Amino acid sequence: MRAHPSEYEIVSPHTLSAVLSLLAQEPGVWLPIAGGTDVMVQYAAGKLAARKLVSIWNLPELRRIELSADEIQIGAGCTYTDLSEHEIVNREFTLLSRAARWTGGIANQNRGTIGGNIVNASPAADSLPALLVYEAELLLISARGERRVPYTSFHINYRETQIAPDELIRAICLKRRFPEYYAHARKVAARNAQAIAKVCLAALGRFADGFVEDIRLAVGSVAPVPLRLTATERAVNGKRIDPQLLQLARTTAASEVRPIDDIRSSARYRVAVAGNLVAEYLQQLSASEMKT
Amino acid sequence: MSASSQDPAKCEIAFTVNGQLATVRVHAMERLLDVLRHELGLTGTKEGCGEGECGSCSVLMDGLLVNSCLIPVLQASGANIVTIEGLACDGRLGVLQQAFLDCGGAQCGICTPGMILAAVHLLNKKPRPTLEDIREGLSGNLCRCTGYMQIIEAVAEAGRRGAAT
Repeated sequence: MRAHPSEYEIVSPHTLSAVLSLLAQEPGVWLPIAGGTDVMVQYAAGKLAARKLVSIWNLPELRRIELSADEIQIGAGCTYTDLSEHEIVNREFTLLSRAARWTGGIANQNRGTIGGNIVNASPAADSLPALLVYEAELLLISARGERRVPYTSFHINYRETQIAPDELIRAICLKRRFPEYYAHARKVAARNAQAIAKVCLAALGRFADGFVEDIRLAVGSVAPVPLRLTATERAVNGKRIDPQLLQLARTTAASEVRPIDDIRSSARYRVAVAGNLVAEYLQQLSASEMKT
Repeated sequence: MSASSQDPAKCEIAFTVNGQLATVRVHAMERLLDVLRHELGLTGTKEGCGEGECGSCSVLMDGLLVNSCLIPVLQASGANIVTIEGLACDGRLGVLQQAFLDCGGAQCGICTPGMILAAVHLLNKKPRPTLEDIREGLSGNLCRCTGYMQIIEAVAEAGRRGAAT
């Protein structure tokens, strides 16, 4: 049943502090809406529980990308287009710029925001595995002040996060320390654009003298939350890449994921593909040293 | 004036559409798509899926390709909107429109306005796009008739004819 616009209220304060006071006055009542690529879909389907929305689209305080020598702070209101067109993001955080180009089509990339992607908390979101392997930190802001939380523990359960009802994500912080890492991302879906992943992988690692060093693996669409494959990382870190290790990585990854059957894929397929993607990355990682 | 247009829950929102200032009295949560079609009579913008998947409601907002079905009209306040109706000039088709016609890039026509606006957005960024650029630029726009080949050819042809200039 389609929603009727008269049943909803939307306001558009011009400053971040005005938005935060509104959220503080009635916590949980006002739903922030940025580019609307998730919220408006629920709204049109008559499934949006919130009746009061506060627009945070294009708030200048949320749309900056700030650089320091060791960190990049990406405003939560930056769109996928902002990310894929940003020079430093493209050069140093390729997993993120690639995921940004895979999300939706051009029109959705022009409106969908990285902060929206995080709070929408879909386990299938393209950009979230990248944030896990970069070990992002989130700056959460409210009228009470600002706190910095590790992204690794932000997702608690399916669509459940650490954000409080009066908080917004202000920025996503990434340490600029991955130039030596071999980065690799794969999305397995019916097509790249406008298709949600059956399985997606973001991987970072170093490989030296035949051994794996500091590998980071994260997958989407295979658990209630975007998932870092910590057991698989432990199983392969410090090891030589050979057929036995590939098999071990495959089986460990398969034991860590907790996929479901849904309209896009089956749990069985997802387990197999997650293992294969990890093995594929390890093979590429071992080849990466030969090239350099 | 109808009773509904005096509804106190409605508000006045102004934006520019195809170069003309438009002021509408609407519910702030109405979709830009519905306001364009129902309040302004610009029915060239089509509704396909209504959930941002098909691109048939594409318009340009401040120069950026957007799905108008996903935009609460309040967020279009003060914006500069271009719809398919804004591309012809003095009754003459724009270069892209003519190329779609010449290359057989339109069949049933539902996806065509969105395809053309996605192509305008693409050619503004890349005046001479490669086939890969075209495929990526139109990847959010679905067509169920043509098989895409004529559409892609039309955009390439428009690029050759200098549509972006």
